[in-house]
Amino acid sequence: MQRYSIFSLIKNAFGGHKDWEVAWKDSEPKKEYDVVIIGAGGHGLATAYYLAKEHKITNIAVLEKGWLGGGNVGRNTTILRSNYMFDPNGLFYEHGMKMWENLSQELNYNVMYSPRGIINLAHSDAQLNVFYRRGNSMRLNGIDAVMLGRDELKKMIPFADFSESARFPIFGGLMQPRGGTARHDAVAWGYARQINSMGVDIIQHCEVTGFDVQNGKIQGVQTSKGNIKTKKVGLCVAGNTSLLAEKLNMKLPIESHVLQACVSEPVKPFLDHVVTFGAGHFYCSQSDKGEMVMGGDLDGYNSYAQRGNLPTLQHVLTEGVAMFPNLSRLKILRTWGGIMDMSMDGSPIIDKTHIDGVYLNCGWCYGGFKATPVSGWTFAHTIAKDEVHELSSKYRLNRFNTGHLIDEKGLGTKTWIG
Amino acid sequence: MLEIKCPHCGSRSQNEFSYGGDSSVKRPELGKEVPDKDWDDFIYFRNNPRGKHSELWHHVAGCRQWFKVLRDTSTHEIFKTAKLTEEL
Ligand SMILES: Cc1cc2nc3c(=O)[nH]c(=O)nc-3n(C[C@H](O)[C@H](O)[C@H](O)COP(=O)(O)OP(=O)(O)OC[C@H]3O[C@@H](n4cnc5c(N)ncnc54)[C@H](O)[C@@H]3O)c2cc1C
Ligand SMILES: [Zn+2]
Repeated sequence: MQRYSIFSLIKNAFGGHKDWEVAWKDSEPKKEYDVVIIGAGGHGLATAYYLAKEHKITNIAVLEKGWLGGGNVGRNTTILRSNYMFDPNGLFYEHGMKMWENLSQELNYNVMYSPRGIINLAHSDAQLNVFYRRGNSMRLNGIDAVMLGRDELKKMIPFADFSESARFPIFGGLMQPRGGTARHDAVAWGYARQINSMGVDIIQHCEVTGFDVQNGKIQGVQTSKGNIKTKKVGLCVAGNTSLLAEKLNMKLPIESHVLQACVSEPVKPFLDHVVTFGAGHFYCSQSDKGEMVMGGDLDGYNSYAQRGNLPTLQHVLTEGVAMFPNLSRLKILRTWGGIMDMSMDGSPIIDKTHIDGVYLNCGWCYGGFKATPVSGWTFAHTIAKDEVHELSSKYRLNRFNTGHLIDEKGLGTKTWIG
Repeated sequence: MLEIKCPHCGSRSQNEFSYGGDSSVKRPELGKEVPDKDWDDFIYFRNNPRGKHSELWHHVAGCRQWFKVLRDTSTHEIFKTAKLTEEL
Protein backbone atom coordinates (compact mmCIF):
# COMPACT_ATOMS: atom_id res chain seq x y z
CA MET A 1 0.00 0.00 0.00
CA GLN A 2 1.23 3.43 -0.96
CA ARG A 3 1.49 5.54 2.22
CA TYR A 4 -0.01 9.00 2.20
CA SER A 5 2.41 11.70 3.35
CA ILE A 6 3.60 15.16 2.46
CA PHE A 7 6.27 13.54 0.27
CA SER A 8 3.84 11.36 -1.66
CA LEU A 9 1.65 14.43 -2.11
CA ILE A 10 4.51 16.48 -3.55
CA LYS A 11 5.66 13.63 -5.75
CA ASN A 12 2.20 13.10 -7.14
CA ALA A 13 1.66 16.80 -7.64
CA PHE A 14 4.54 16.69 -10.13
CA GLY A 15 2.87 13.78 -11.88
CA GLY A 16 -0.39 15.71 -12.19
CA HIS A 17 -2.00 13.35 -9.62
CA LYS A 18 -2.34 10.65 -12.27
CA ASP A 19 -0.34 7.93 -10.50
CA TRP A 20 -2.18 7.52 -7.20
CA GLU A 21 -2.91 3.90 -6.39
CA VAL A 22 -6.59 3.07 -6.02
CA ALA A 23 -7.45 3.23 -2.31
CA TRP A 24 -9.17 -0.16 -2.24
CA LYS A 25 -10.36 -2.67 -4.82
CA ASP A 26 -13.75 -4.22 -5.36
CA SER A 27 -13.54 -8.04 -5.18
CA GLU A 28 -15.65 -10.98 -6.30
CA PRO A 29 -16.52 -13.53 -3.61
CA LYS A 30 -14.37 -16.60 -3.01
CA LYS A 31 -16.01 -19.92 -2.05
CA GLU A 32 -15.09 -19.71 1.61
CA TYR A 33 -13.87 -17.27 4.27
CA ASP A 34 -12.89 -17.54 7.92
CA VAL A 35 -15.18 -14.64 8.76
CA VAL A 36 -17.95 -12.96 6.77
CA ILE A 37 -18.96 -9.47 7.84
CA ILE A 38 -22.33 -8.30 6.54
CA GLY A 39 -22.50 -4.57 5.86
CA ALA A 40 -19.74 -2.25 4.62
CA GLY A 41 -20.75 0.62 6.87
CA GLY A 42 -18.47 2.05 9.50
CA HIS A 43 -18.99 -0.78 11.96
CA GLY A 44 -18.51 -3.61 9.47
CA LEU A 45 -15.33 -2.09 8.05
CA ALA A 46 -13.92 -1.28 11.48
CA THR A 47 -14.68 -4.81 12.68
CA ALA A 48 -12.79 -6.28 9.74
CA TYR A 49 -9.89 -3.93 10.45
CA TYR A 50 -9.49 -4.92 14.11
CA LEU A 51 -9.98 -8.62 13.23
CA ALA A 52 -7.07 -8.31 10.82
CA LYS A 53 -4.89 -6.06 12.91
CA GLU A 54 -5.43 -7.32 16.45
CA HIS A 55 -6.45 -10.91 15.86
CA LYS A 56 -4.50 -11.65 12.66
CA ILE A 57 -7.56 -12.98 10.87
CA THR A 58 -7.39 -11.73 7.30
CA ASN A 59 -9.36 -14.29 5.31
CA ILE A 60 -12.45 -12.08 5.62
CA ALA A 61 -15.15 -10.87 3.26
CA VAL A 62 -17.12 -7.71 3.90
CA LEU A 63 -20.39 -8.05 1.98
CA GLU A 64 -22.35 -4.94 1.06
CA LYS A 65 -25.73 -4.94 -0.67
CA GLY A 66 -25.26 -1.42 -2.00
CA TRP A 67 -22.03 0.49 -2.21
CA LEU A 68 -19.36 1.01 0.43
CA GLY A 69 -20.32 3.85 2.72
CA GLY A 70 -23.78 4.26 1.17
CA GLY A 71 -25.58 3.51 4.42
CA ASN A 72 -25.68 5.50 7.61
CA VAL A 73 -21.93 5.91 7.76
CA GLY A 74 -22.24 8.28 4.81
CA ARG A 75 -25.47 9.88 5.99
CA ASN A 76 -24.79 10.95 9.55
CA THR A 77 -23.99 14.37 10.92
CA THR A 78 -20.57 13.21 12.17
CA ILE A 79 -20.84 14.16 15.83
CA LEU A 80 -18.38 12.50 18.22
CA ARG A 81 -18.85 12.61 21.98
CA SER A 82 -18.80 10.55 25.16
CA ASN A 83 -20.97 12.82 27.30
CA TYR A 84 -22.94 10.01 28.90
CA MET A 85 -24.11 9.66 32.47
CA PHE A 86 -24.28 5.89 32.90
CA ASP A 87 -21.03 4.00 33.42
CA PRO A 88 -21.45 1.39 30.66
CA ASN A 89 -22.01 4.13 28.08
CA GLY A 90 -19.49 6.59 29.48
CA LEU A 91 -16.67 4.06 29.62
CA PHE A 92 -17.44 2.55 26.23
CA TYR A 93 -17.75 5.81 24.32
CA GLU A 94 -14.82 7.38 26.12
CA HIS A 95 -12.64 4.50 25.00
CA GLY A 96 -13.96 5.34 21.54
CA MET A 97 -13.03 9.03 21.92
CA LYS A 98 -9.47 8.02 22.70
CA MET A 99 -9.41 5.95 19.52
CA TRP A 100 -10.66 8.93 17.48
CA GLU A 101 -7.80 11.04 18.76
CA ASN A 102 -5.25 9.17 16.68
CA LEU A 103 -7.41 7.44 14.11
CA SER A 104 -5.94 9.51 11.26
CA GLN A 105 -2.44 8.31 12.18
CA GLU A 106 -3.64 4.77 12.75
CA LEU A 107 -5.29 4.58 9.34
CA ASN A 108 -2.82 6.87 7.54
CA TYR A 109 -5.93 8.62 6.27
CA ASN A 110 -7.09 12.04 7.33
CA VAL A 111 -10.44 11.51 9.04
CA MET A 112 -10.46 15.22 9.90
CA TYR A 113 -11.16 14.66 13.58
CA SER A 114 -12.09 18.08 14.88
CA PRO A 115 -12.40 18.35 18.69
CA ARG A 116 -14.33 21.57 18.48
CA GLY A 117 -16.41 20.84 21.57
CA ILE A 118 -20.05 19.90 21.88
CA ILE A 119 -22.34 22.20 23.85
CA ASN A 120 -25.75 21.11 25.17
CA LEU A 121 -27.82 24.20 25.93
CA ALA A 122 -30.06 24.34 29.00
CA HIS A 123 -33.19 26.49 29.01
CA SER A 124 -34.30 26.24 32.62
CA ASP A 125 -32.81 25.85 36.09
CA ALA A 126 -34.12 22.31 36.29
CA GLN A 127 -32.41 21.40 33.03
CA LEU A 128 -29.21 22.99 34.22
CA ASN A 129 -29.36 20.84 37.36
CA VAL A 130 -29.72 17.71 35.27
CA PHE A 131 -26.71 18.79 33.22
CA TYR A 132 -24.66 19.35 36.39
CA ARG A 133 -25.47 15.84 37.43
CA ARG A 134 -24.49 14.41 34.06
CA GLY A 135 -21.33 16.51 33.96
CA ASN A 136 -20.32 15.27 37.39
CA SER A 137 -20.96 11.66 36.39
CA MET A 138 -18.80 12.20 33.32
CA ARG A 139 -15.97 13.61 35.40
CA LEU A 140 -16.13 10.65 37.77
CA ASN A 141 -15.47 8.48 34.74
CA GLY A 142 -12.56 10.65 33.64
CA ILE A 143 -14.47 12.30 30.81
CA ASP A 144 -13.99 16.02 30.20
CA ALA A 145 -17.02 18.12 31.12
CA VAL A 146 -17.40 21.83 31.86
CA MET A 147 -20.44 23.86 32.78
CA LEU A 148 -20.88 27.13 30.93
CA GLY A 149 -22.80 30.15 32.13
CA ARG A 150 -24.92 32.44 30.00
CA ASP A 151 -22.18 35.08 29.77
CA GLU A 152 -19.54 32.62 28.61
CA LEU A 153 -21.95 31.23 26.05
CA LYS A 154 -22.66 34.72 24.73
CA LYS A 155 -19.02 34.96 23.77
CA MET A 156 -18.79 31.45 22.35
CA ILE A 157 -22.00 31.32 20.31
CA PRO A 158 -22.88 34.99 19.82
CA PHE A 159 -25.51 34.26 17.16
CA ALA A 160 -27.72 32.25 19.50
CA ASP A 161 -30.83 34.02 20.73
CA PHE A 162 -29.78 35.81 23.94
CA SER A 163 -32.51 38.43 23.59
CA GLU A 164 -35.12 39.20 26.23
CA SER A 165 -37.84 37.89 23.93
CA ALA A 166 -36.29 34.47 23.36
CA ARG A 167 -39.00 31.81 23.64
CA PHE A 168 -36.53 29.46 25.33
CA PRO A 169 -33.96 31.63 27.12
CA ILE A 170 -30.48 30.17 27.44
CA PHE A 171 -29.62 29.53 31.09
CA GLY A 172 -26.28 27.82 30.51
CA GLY A 173 -24.83 24.69 29.04
CA LEU A 174 -22.82 21.52 29.44
CA MET A 175 -19.78 21.20 27.21
CA GLN A 176 -17.52 18.30 26.37
CA PRO A 177 -14.50 20.13 24.93
CA ARG A 178 -13.02 17.01 23.29
CA GLY A 179 -16.28 16.24 21.53
CA GLY A 180 -16.55 17.32 17.92
CA THR A 181 -16.80 15.96 14.43
CA ALA A 182 -14.94 13.81 11.90
CA ARG A 183 -15.34 13.29 8.20
CA HIS A 184 -17.63 10.28 7.77
CA ASP A 185 -16.67 9.18 4.24
CA ALA A 186 -13.02 9.36 5.20
CA VAL A 187 -13.66 6.95 8.07
CA ALA A 188 -15.27 4.42 5.73
CA TRP A 189 -12.58 4.84 3.10
CA GLY A 190 -9.73 4.86 5.61
CA TYR A 191 -10.79 1.55 7.10
CA ALA A 192 -11.56 0.10 3.66
CA ARG A 193 -8.11 0.99 2.35
CA GLN A 194 -6.38 -0.59 5.33
CA ILE A 195 -8.35 -3.84 5.35
CA ASN A 196 -8.01 -4.23 1.61
CA SER A 197 -4.24 -3.90 1.91
CA MET A 198 -4.27 -6.63 4.57
CA GLY A 199 -6.09 -9.01 2.22
CA VAL A 200 -9.73 -8.50 3.21
CA ASP A 201 -12.18 -8.75 0.29
CA ILE A 202 -14.70 -5.92 -0.02
CA ILE A 203 -17.62 -7.14 -2.11
CA GLN A 204 -20.18 -4.55 -3.15
CA HIS A 205 -23.66 -5.16 -4.59
CA CYS A 206 -23.74 -8.46 -2.75
CA GLU A 207 -26.87 -8.79 -0.63
CA VAL A 208 -27.09 -11.47 2.02
CA THR A 209 -30.45 -13.17 1.53
CA GLY A 210 -30.24 -16.13 3.89
CA PHE A 211 -28.14 -18.29 6.17
CA ASP A 212 -27.07 -21.89 6.12
CA VAL A 213 -27.40 -23.15 9.69
CA GLN A 214 -26.91 -26.79 10.64
CA ASN A 215 -27.28 -28.19 14.15
CA GLY A 216 -27.23 -24.73 15.62
CA LYS A 217 -23.99 -23.81 13.83
CA ILE A 218 -23.51 -21.38 10.98
CA GLN A 219 -22.13 -22.97 7.82
CA GLY A 220 -22.43 -20.16 5.34
CA VAL A 221 -24.47 -17.32 3.89
CA GLN A 222 -26.64 -17.11 0.78
CA THR A 223 -26.09 -13.98 -1.25
CA SER A 224 -27.11 -12.37 -4.51
CA LYS A 225 -23.65 -13.45 -5.75
CA GLY A 226 -24.01 -17.08 -4.69
CA ASN A 227 -23.38 -19.10 -1.56
CA ILE A 228 -20.35 -18.42 0.59
CA LYS A 229 -19.08 -20.82 3.22
CA THR A 230 -17.92 -19.58 6.59
CA LYS A 231 -17.83 -20.57 10.25
CA LYS A 232 -18.31 -17.05 11.57
CA VAL A 233 -20.67 -14.26 10.55
CA GLY A 234 -20.85 -10.75 12.00
CA LEU A 235 -24.01 -8.72 11.39
CA CYS A 236 -23.31 -4.99 10.98
CA VAL A 237 -26.35 -3.94 9.02
CA ALA A 238 -27.73 -1.12 11.19
CA GLY A 239 -31.36 -0.38 10.19
CA ASN A 240 -31.72 -3.68 8.34
CA THR A 241 -30.84 -5.88 11.32
CA SER A 242 -34.38 -7.10 12.03
CA LEU A 243 -34.73 -8.38 8.46
CA LEU A 244 -31.65 -10.57 8.66
CA ALA A 245 -32.39 -11.59 12.25
CA GLU A 246 -35.77 -12.86 11.11
CA LYS A 247 -33.99 -15.23 8.74
CA LEU A 248 -32.21 -16.59 11.81
CA ASN A 249 -35.50 -16.93 13.72
CA MET A 250 -34.60 -14.09 16.04
CA LYS A 251 -36.92 -11.31 17.05
CA LEU A 252 -34.99 -8.29 18.29
CA PRO A 253 -35.88 -5.39 20.59
CA ILE A 254 -35.36 -3.05 17.65
CA GLU A 255 -37.47 -0.86 15.40
CA SER A 256 -36.31 0.76 12.18
CA HIS A 257 -36.94 4.47 11.86
CA VAL A 258 -35.86 7.13 9.40
CA LEU A 259 -33.76 10.03 10.62
CA GLN A 260 -33.24 13.03 8.41
CA ALA A 261 -30.55 15.66 8.28
CA CYS A 262 -29.86 18.59 6.02
CA VAL A 263 -27.22 21.14 5.09
CA SER A 264 -27.61 24.79 4.21
CA GLU A 265 -25.82 26.72 1.53
CA PRO A 266 -22.23 27.48 2.62
CA VAL A 267 -21.56 30.65 4.57
CA LYS A 268 -18.56 32.25 6.27
CA PRO A 269 -17.48 30.90 9.67
CA PHE A 270 -20.46 31.34 11.95
CA LEU A 271 -20.36 28.53 14.48
CA ASP A 272 -17.19 27.08 16.03
CA HIS A 273 -18.77 24.24 18.03
CA VAL A 274 -21.42 21.57 17.84
CA VAL A 275 -24.48 22.94 19.61
CA THR A 276 -27.64 21.16 20.70
CA PHE A 277 -30.92 22.87 21.53
CA GLY A 278 -32.25 21.83 24.94
CA ALA A 279 -35.90 22.71 24.52
CA GLY A 280 -36.51 20.31 21.66
CA HIS A 281 -34.55 18.18 19.29
CA PHE A 282 -32.23 20.20 17.11
CA TYR A 283 -28.47 20.33 16.73
CA CYS A 284 -26.03 21.88 14.32
CA SER A 285 -22.42 22.39 13.44
CA GLN A 286 -20.67 24.07 10.53
CA SER A 287 -18.78 21.96 8.01
CA ASP A 288 -15.37 22.94 6.71
CA LYS A 289 -17.08 23.97 3.48
CA GLY A 290 -19.22 26.40 5.45
CA GLU A 291 -22.53 24.55 5.28
CA MET A 292 -24.63 24.40 8.43
CA VAL A 293 -25.15 20.70 9.16
CA MET A 294 -28.47 20.26 10.96
CA GLY A 295 -30.61 17.49 12.33
CA GLY A 296 -33.08 16.57 15.02
CA ASP A 297 -36.07 14.29 15.40
CA LEU A 298 -36.86 10.97 13.81
CA ASP A 299 -39.77 11.12 11.41
CA GLY A 300 -41.67 9.19 14.03
CA TYR A 301 -43.02 6.02 12.41
CA ASN A 302 -41.39 2.74 11.38
CA SER A 303 -39.61 3.20 8.09
CA TYR A 304 -37.18 1.47 5.76
CA ALA A 305 -37.24 4.32 3.25
CA GLN A 306 -33.98 6.22 3.17
CA ARG A 307 -35.88 9.44 2.75
CA GLY A 308 -38.11 11.40 5.05
CA ASN A 309 -41.05 13.71 5.10
CA LEU A 310 -41.30 17.49 5.15
CA PRO A 311 -43.25 18.05 8.40
CA THR A 312 -40.38 16.71 10.52
CA LEU A 313 -37.80 18.83 8.72
CA GLN A 314 -39.98 21.88 9.12
CA HIS A 315 -40.43 21.14 12.81
CA VAL A 316 -36.70 20.60 13.36
CA LEU A 317 -35.71 23.75 11.48
CA THR A 318 -38.27 25.80 13.39
CA GLU A 319 -36.38 24.84 16.53
CA GLY A 320 -33.16 25.77 14.78
CA VAL A 321 -34.47 29.22 14.07
CA ALA A 322 -35.59 29.57 17.69
CA MET A 323 -32.00 28.86 18.71
CA PHE A 324 -30.16 30.79 15.98
CA PRO A 325 -32.65 33.32 14.53
CA ASN A 326 -30.42 34.24 11.60
CA LEU A 327 -30.59 30.64 10.27
CA SER A 328 -33.94 31.73 8.85
CA ARG A 329 -32.06 33.58 6.10
CA LEU A 330 -30.28 30.46 4.84
CA LYS A 331 -31.36 28.25 1.98
CA ILE A 332 -31.36 24.49 2.43
CA LEU A 333 -29.06 22.80 -0.04
CA ARG A 334 -29.73 19.11 0.55
CA THR A 335 -31.78 16.85 2.79
CA TRP A 336 -31.52 13.09 3.19
CA GLY A 337 -32.43 10.26 5.50
CA GLY A 338 -30.98 7.07 6.91
CA ILE A 339 -32.53 4.05 8.64
CA MET A 340 -31.83 3.83 12.34
CA ASP A 341 -31.73 0.62 14.32
CA MET A 342 -33.60 2.00 17.34
CA SER A 343 -33.21 -0.24 20.37
CA MET A 344 -35.75 -0.29 23.16
CA ASP A 345 -33.45 1.34 25.71
CA GLY A 346 -31.50 3.55 23.32
CA SER A 347 -28.29 1.58 23.86
CA PRO A 348 -26.51 -0.74 21.44
CA ILE A 349 -26.30 -4.53 21.34
CA ILE A 350 -22.97 -6.30 20.80
CA ASP A 351 -23.29 -9.99 21.49
CA LYS A 352 -23.16 -13.61 20.48
CA THR A 353 -26.44 -15.21 19.43
CA HIS A 354 -28.22 -18.53 19.94
CA ILE A 355 -26.52 -19.73 16.76
CA ASP A 356 -22.89 -20.79 17.06
CA GLY A 357 -20.73 -18.46 14.99
CA VAL A 358 -23.33 -15.72 14.46
CA TYR A 359 -22.54 -12.41 16.12
CA LEU A 360 -24.73 -9.37 16.47
CA ASN A 361 -23.82 -5.67 16.33
CA CYS A 362 -26.82 -3.34 16.24
CA GLY A 363 -29.09 -0.98 18.13
CA TRP A 364 -26.95 2.09 17.48
CA CYS A 365 -29.92 4.40 17.18
CA TYR A 366 -28.85 7.81 15.90
CA GLY A 367 -25.48 7.74 17.66
CA GLY A 368 -23.43 4.97 16.12
CA PHE A 369 -20.97 6.97 14.05
CA LYS A 370 -19.00 8.03 17.08
CA ALA A 371 -18.84 4.39 18.16
CA THR A 372 -17.33 3.19 14.89
CA PRO A 373 -13.77 2.49 16.14
CA VAL A 374 -14.70 1.11 19.57
CA SER A 375 -17.59 -0.92 18.22
CA GLY A 376 -15.32 -2.50 15.62
CA TRP A 377 -12.67 -3.11 18.24
CA THR A 378 -14.93 -4.84 20.77
CA PHE A 379 -16.92 -6.69 18.11
CA ALA A 380 -13.74 -8.03 16.51
CA HIS A 381 -12.79 -9.40 19.93
CA THR A 382 -16.22 -10.99 20.31
CA ILE A 383 -15.96 -12.69 16.93
CA ALA A 384 -12.31 -13.77 17.21
CA LYS A 385 -12.50 -15.09 20.77
CA ASP A 386 -16.15 -16.12 20.80
CA GLU A 387 -16.57 -14.12 23.98
CA VAL A 388 -17.99 -10.71 24.77
CA HIS A 389 -15.40 -7.99 25.42
CA GLU A 390 -15.44 -6.56 28.93
CA LEU A 391 -15.98 -3.03 27.63
CA SER A 392 -19.17 -4.03 25.83
CA SER A 393 -20.31 -6.60 28.40
CA LYS A 394 -23.30 -4.48 29.44
CA TYR A 395 -24.54 -4.35 25.86
CA ARG A 396 -25.77 -7.93 25.78
CA LEU A 397 -29.10 -8.93 24.34
CA ASN A 398 -30.36 -10.64 27.48
CA ARG A 399 -30.63 -7.32 29.31
CA PHE A 400 -34.13 -7.08 27.87
CA ASN A 401 -34.96 -10.19 29.89
CA THR A 402 -32.95 -9.51 33.03
CA GLY A 403 -34.05 -5.90 33.32
CA HIS A 404 -30.53 -4.42 33.19
CA LEU A 405 -31.49 -1.78 30.68
CA ILE A 406 -29.29 1.21 29.93
CA ASP A 407 -31.88 3.87 29.24
CA GLU A 408 -29.66 6.94 29.29
CA LYS A 409 -32.50 9.35 28.58
CA GLY A 410 -35.16 7.56 30.59
CA LEU A 411 -37.42 7.56 27.57
CA GLY A 412 -38.82 4.07 27.80
CA THR A 413 -39.68 1.95 24.82
CA LYS A 414 -41.33 4.49 22.54
CA THR A 415 -38.26 4.54 20.35
CA TRP A 416 -39.68 7.05 17.90
CA ILE A 417 -39.98 9.74 20.55
CA GLY A 418 -36.25 9.62 21.27
CA MET B 1 -46.56 14.54 3.94
CA LEU B 2 -48.64 11.51 4.88
CA GLU B 3 -52.37 11.80 4.52
CA ILE B 4 -54.05 9.59 7.07
CA LYS B 5 -57.71 8.68 7.08
CA CYS B 6 -59.00 8.75 10.62
CA PRO B 7 -61.90 6.25 10.74
CA HIS B 8 -63.87 8.83 12.71
CA CYS B 9 -62.98 12.14 11.01
CA GLY B 10 -61.77 11.30 7.50
CA SER B 11 -58.53 12.27 5.73
CA ARG B 12 -56.25 14.67 7.53
CA SER B 13 -52.60 15.63 7.24
CA GLN B 14 -49.93 13.81 9.22
CA ASN B 15 -49.45 16.86 11.45
CA GLU B 16 -52.65 16.04 13.34
CA PHE B 17 -51.54 12.55 14.37
CA SER B 18 -49.06 10.91 16.64
CA TYR B 19 -47.73 7.41 16.33
CA GLY B 20 -48.28 4.41 18.59
CA GLY B 21 -46.22 1.61 17.04
CA ASP B 22 -46.90 -2.05 16.28
CA SER B 23 -50.60 -2.77 16.83
CA SER B 24 -50.13 -6.51 17.22
CA VAL B 25 -48.54 -6.41 20.68
CA LYS B 26 -50.93 -7.68 23.32
CA ARG B 27 -50.76 -6.76 26.98
CA PRO B 28 -50.70 -9.87 29.19
CA GLU B 29 -54.00 -10.49 30.90
CA LEU B 30 -54.61 -8.69 34.16
CA GLY B 31 -54.96 -10.63 37.41
CA LYS B 32 -53.30 -13.71 35.97
CA GLU B 33 -49.93 -15.30 36.77
CA VAL B 34 -47.86 -14.17 33.78
CA PRO B 35 -44.35 -15.49 33.03
CA ASP B 36 -41.62 -12.82 32.82
CA LYS B 37 -41.00 -13.76 29.22
CA ASP B 38 -44.52 -12.68 28.24
CA TRP B 39 -43.95 -9.30 29.82
CA ASP B 40 -40.59 -8.94 28.03
CA ASP B 41 -42.24 -9.77 24.73
CA PHE B 42 -45.00 -7.27 25.35
CA ILE B 43 -42.68 -4.45 26.34
CA TYR B 44 -39.59 -4.88 24.19
CA PHE B 45 -40.25 -7.07 21.17
CA ARG B 46 -42.12 -5.72 18.17
CA ASN B 47 -42.72 -6.60 14.57
CA ASN B 48 -40.33 -4.63 12.42
CA PRO B 49 -41.08 -5.66 8.84
CA ARG B 50 -40.00 -4.02 5.63
CA GLY B 51 -43.36 -3.80 3.87
CA LYS B 52 -46.86 -4.03 5.32
CA HIS B 53 -47.02 -3.04 8.98
CA SER B 54 -50.12 -2.81 11.13
CA GLU B 55 -49.74 0.01 13.58
CA LEU B 56 -51.52 2.35 15.97
CA TRP B 57 -52.01 6.06 15.39
CA HIS B 58 -53.62 8.66 17.59
CA HIS B 59 -55.66 11.51 16.16
CA VAL B 60 -54.20 13.71 18.82
CA ALA B 61 -55.11 17.06 17.30
CA GLY B 62 -58.54 15.87 16.22
CA CYS B 63 -61.01 13.46 17.80
CA ARG B 64 -58.27 12.04 20.09
CA GLN B 65 -59.16 8.45 19.22
CA TRP B 66 -56.59 5.69 18.72
CA PHE B 67 -57.03 3.59 15.58
CA LYS B 68 -55.23 1.07 13.37
CA VAL B 69 -53.36 1.73 10.14
CA LEU B 70 -51.98 -0.73 7.60
CA ARG B 71 -48.99 1.00 6.03
CA ASP B 72 -45.97 0.04 3.93
CA THR B 73 -42.75 0.85 5.78
CA SER B 74 -40.69 1.21 2.61
CA THR B 75 -43.05 3.20 0.38
CA HIS B 76 -45.10 4.79 3.19
CA GLU B 77 -48.26 3.91 1.27
CA ILE B 78 -51.32 3.57 3.50
CA PHE B 79 -53.62 0.72 2.48
CA LYS B 80 -56.30 0.78 5.11
CA THR B 81 -57.31 2.29 8.42
CA ALA B 82 -59.77 0.90 10.97
CA LYS B 83 -61.28 1.54 14.37
CA LEU B 84 -59.61 -0.18 17.30
CA THR B 85 -62.46 -2.64 17.57
CA GLU B 86 -62.34 -3.52 13.87
CA GLU B 87 -60.07 -5.92 11.99
CA LEU B 88 -57.62 -4.34 9.59
C1 LIG C 1 -29.23 11.68 9.49
C2 LIG C 1 -28.36 10.91 10.44
C3 LIG C 1 -27.57 11.59 11.37
C4 LIG C 1 -26.76 10.91 12.26
N1 LIG C 1 -25.94 11.61 13.08
C5 LIG C 1 -25.05 10.98 13.86
C6 LIG C 1 -24.10 11.72 14.61
O1 LIG C 1 -24.04 12.96 14.53
N2 LIG C 1 -23.23 11.05 15.42
C7 LIG C 1 -23.26 9.69 15.51
O2 LIG C 1 -22.47 9.14 16.26
N3 LIG C 1 -24.14 8.94 14.79
C8 LIG C 1 -25.02 9.55 13.96
N4 LIG C 1 -25.91 8.82 13.19
C9 LIG C 1 -25.96 7.35 13.37
C10 LIG C 1 -24.87 6.59 12.63
O3 LIG C 1 -24.78 7.05 11.31
C11 LIG C 1 -25.18 5.09 12.65
O4 LIG C 1 -25.50 4.67 13.96
C12 LIG C 1 -24.00 4.25 12.17
O5 LIG C 1 -23.48 4.76 10.97
C13 LIG C 1 -24.47 2.82 11.97
O6 LIG C 1 -23.41 1.92 11.72
P1 LIG C 1 -22.82 1.65 10.25
O7 LIG C 1 -21.94 2.78 9.87
O8 LIG C 1 -22.15 0.34 10.30
O9 LIG C 1 -24.16 1.59 9.38
P2 LIG C 1 -24.38 1.63 7.81
O10 LIG C 1 -23.43 2.58 7.16
O11 LIG C 1 -25.82 1.84 7.59
O12 LIG C 1 -23.94 0.18 7.39
C14 LIG C 1 -24.80 -0.93 7.26
C15 LIG C 1 -24.61 -1.48 5.87
O13 LIG C 1 -25.21 -2.76 5.76
C16 LIG C 1 -25.68 -2.91 4.45
N5 LIG C 1 -26.66 -3.99 4.44
C17 LIG C 1 -27.90 -4.00 4.99
N6 LIG C 1 -28.51 -5.18 4.76
C18 LIG C 1 -27.63 -5.94 4.05
C19 LIG C 1 -27.69 -7.26 3.51
N7 LIG C 1 -28.77 -8.03 3.64
N8 LIG C 1 -26.61 -7.71 2.82
C20 LIG C 1 -25.51 -6.94 2.67
N9 LIG C 1 -25.41 -5.68 3.15
C21 LIG C 1 -26.46 -5.19 3.84
C22 LIG C 1 -26.27 -1.54 4.15
O14 LIG C 1 -26.41 -1.33 2.76
C23 LIG C 1 -25.26 -0.60 4.80
O15 LIG C 1 -24.27 -0.15 3.91
C24 LIG C 1 -26.75 9.48 12.27
C25 LIG C 1 -27.53 8.79 11.33
C26 LIG C 1 -28.31 9.49 10.41
C27 LIG C 1 -29.11 8.72 9.38
ZN1 LIG D 1 -60.26 11.60 14.27
